[in-house]
Amino acid sequence: VRYLSTHRRHPLAGFLVVLFGLLLAGGLYSAFAPALAGQSSTSDKQLIAQGRQLFVVGCSSCHGLSGEGVMTKDGTNYGPPLIGVGAASVDFQVGTGRMPAVRPEAQMPQKPPAYDPQEVRALAAYVASLGPGPAIPSPNQYDISGLSDHDIMEGGQFFRTNCTACHNFAGAGGALPGGKYAPPLRGVAPRYIYEAMLTGPQQMPVFSDGVLKPHEKRDIIAYITRLTKQTSYGGAELGSRGPVSEGLWGWTAGIGALVCVAIWLANSGARARKKQS
Amino acid sequence: MSDLTHSTGDGSAENGDPSLLLRHNQEPYENPGLPEHEPRMTDVDPKLERRAERQVATMFGLAALLAIAFCVAYFTIGEDTAILGYGALNAVLGFTLGLALLLIGLGAILWAKKLMVDQELVEYRHSAASTAEDTREAVAAFEAGARESGFGRRKLLRNSLIGALGMLGLPAIVLLRDLGPLPGAALSGTVWRRGIRVVNDVAGTPIRPSEVQIGQLVNAEPSLFFAERKPNGTVVPAQYEGARLQVEKAKAAVILVRIPPQDITPYPQRRNWNVDGILCYSKICPHVGCPISLWEQQTHHLLCPCHQSTFDLADNGRVIFGPAARSLPQLPLGVDRDGYLIAMSDFHEPVGPSYWERG
Repeated sequence: VRYLSTHRRHPLAGFLVVLFGLLLAGGLYSAFAPALAGQSSTSDKQLIAQGRQLFVVGCSSCHGLSGEGVMTKDGTNYGPPLIGVGAASVDFQVGTGRMPAVRPEAQMPQKPPAYDPQEVRALAAYVASLGPGPAIPSPNQYDISGLSDHDIMEGGQFFRTNCTACHNFAGAGGALPGGKYAPPLRGVAPRYIYEAMLTGPQQMPVFSDGVLKPHEKRDIIAYITRLTKQTSYGGAELGSRGPVSEGLWGWTAGIGALVCVAIWLANSGARARKKQS
Repeated sequence: MSDLTHSTGDGSAENGDPSLLLRHNQEPYENPGLPEHEPRMTDVDPKLERRAERQVATMFGLAALLAIAFCVAYFTIGEDTAILGYGALNAVLGFTLGLALLLIGLGAILWAKKLMVDQELVEYRHSAASTAEDTREAVAAFEAGARESGFGRRKLLRNSLIGALGMLGLPAIVLLRDLGPLPGAALSGTVWRRGIRVVNDVAGTPIRPSEVQIGQLVNAEPSLFFAERKPNGTVVPAQYEGARLQVEKAKAAVILVRIPPQDITPYPQRRNWNVDGILCYSKICPHVGCPISLWEQQTHHLLCPCHQSTFDLADNGRVIFGPAARSLPQLPLGVDRDGYLIAMSDFHEPVGPSYWERG
């Protein structure tokens, strides 16, 4: 005790106390946490109950206490009903951070997710319990490893027929009227691309499994992945946005540089004696 | 200058004043002449002159080395090699050749600005006309040529030459026929007929109404374009192929969408053209014929990416924005005995952009 009291004003003392506290808290957490996680995954009923609790706190102000939706006075959707949208829809919207929305606007932007994966699962389970809808696809549905070049080529045909009108020929995204936009597809996790095709979030149309078969969706994802990985033999892609970005660069950077060179050339060079003004 | 102020200040400077006429022939300002010549640094300092010479020579030398590097790169770098996500071959070829050209240009500019003779000189304009003597000679030579060739004397030769040259205009006129023939009825209809299944493009999958969800978009084609596998295992080949397929596909492409039936406001004669809210429209924009499938499922608006024509698919494909002059043609839909979506007839109007005979 005397040792402690004499060294309690040591410069490192505060640091040691905090370190001890952190170790204690971490140790306690690791001792108890796995037990908690195991408990919650034991039964769907508990998952749905947890999801309902999260829903009431985080989602009900726009989507209604039971997911029935909220209408504004002039009859438009404030938050659409979620009955029948399915688990895949929740997994996409919440997993990519689009939901919960910060405010009503033309389109909900992607942002860091507010819930951890376990909470997203619980929310999805609760919303799925409200009415039948598309389930979260299983990993083997969007597993693109081992696909042949022929599969990927077919994926490209589907991509060009169904996706490029909005998402651009290289998956770089594009603008829609009224502040809306089709987001870029490059770097999006295969699971979310699959879920977006399945559920049609926001203005995007639905591409149901009955018409666009699961293996065709998988080929599309494989094609997008191949697109993002391929070497750009043509030089800098400038965002793959076609003539707009290329023209902008050509007219500002390219012609701007030429104008600067022309001005420099037209100036007379350094003289031995400064001119009298 | 003082002369000018004097005459305007003087109220008597009116028409007829001879001093005013004279003033027009005088320069209003004194010609300041050329500025005094200022020598350059390299003109006065031999050390700097030698340095500029070395700089220019270095640039030309580097350009030569880069040209060699270009050739080496062409033979050594593989086509598939990549650096930083770019094709290595193209990047190195472009870099070496571009830099070599740039260095030659920069060297030439430096040479001209720092080392070549630096003096101001004046070049006066002179008349562009030839001298009278040159003109006389040219006319004489022409007349001698005309006389010696007998162009004026031998009327038969002259007239037959003129006739031959005139006839050469005919082939040019005959070739105009290749602008035609006129399309006739080729643009007024498509291959759609009653009973042809509406199938998903690329794969040719036939579609049941139950598989099309609210908010769904299907880029579809007539089943004639795809090989069909019958229930008994036989395969019926596609009825169109090659150039014919492309021509017919360009007209017959359609989109299927499903809209909540209560949102649809069909014309009275089109009430039975949809199947539980599934509607079928031409995919070809009636403005200049771009394929359109940019569909916003919540607003029911279809946008053309070329010129932003916007069609309301819940309201008979009416144009609500943009340069398109006509509604998007709609295809009447039905269901066949096997439960698949079929066309009930061809389009009731020509699809795609306007053409002369369409009126």
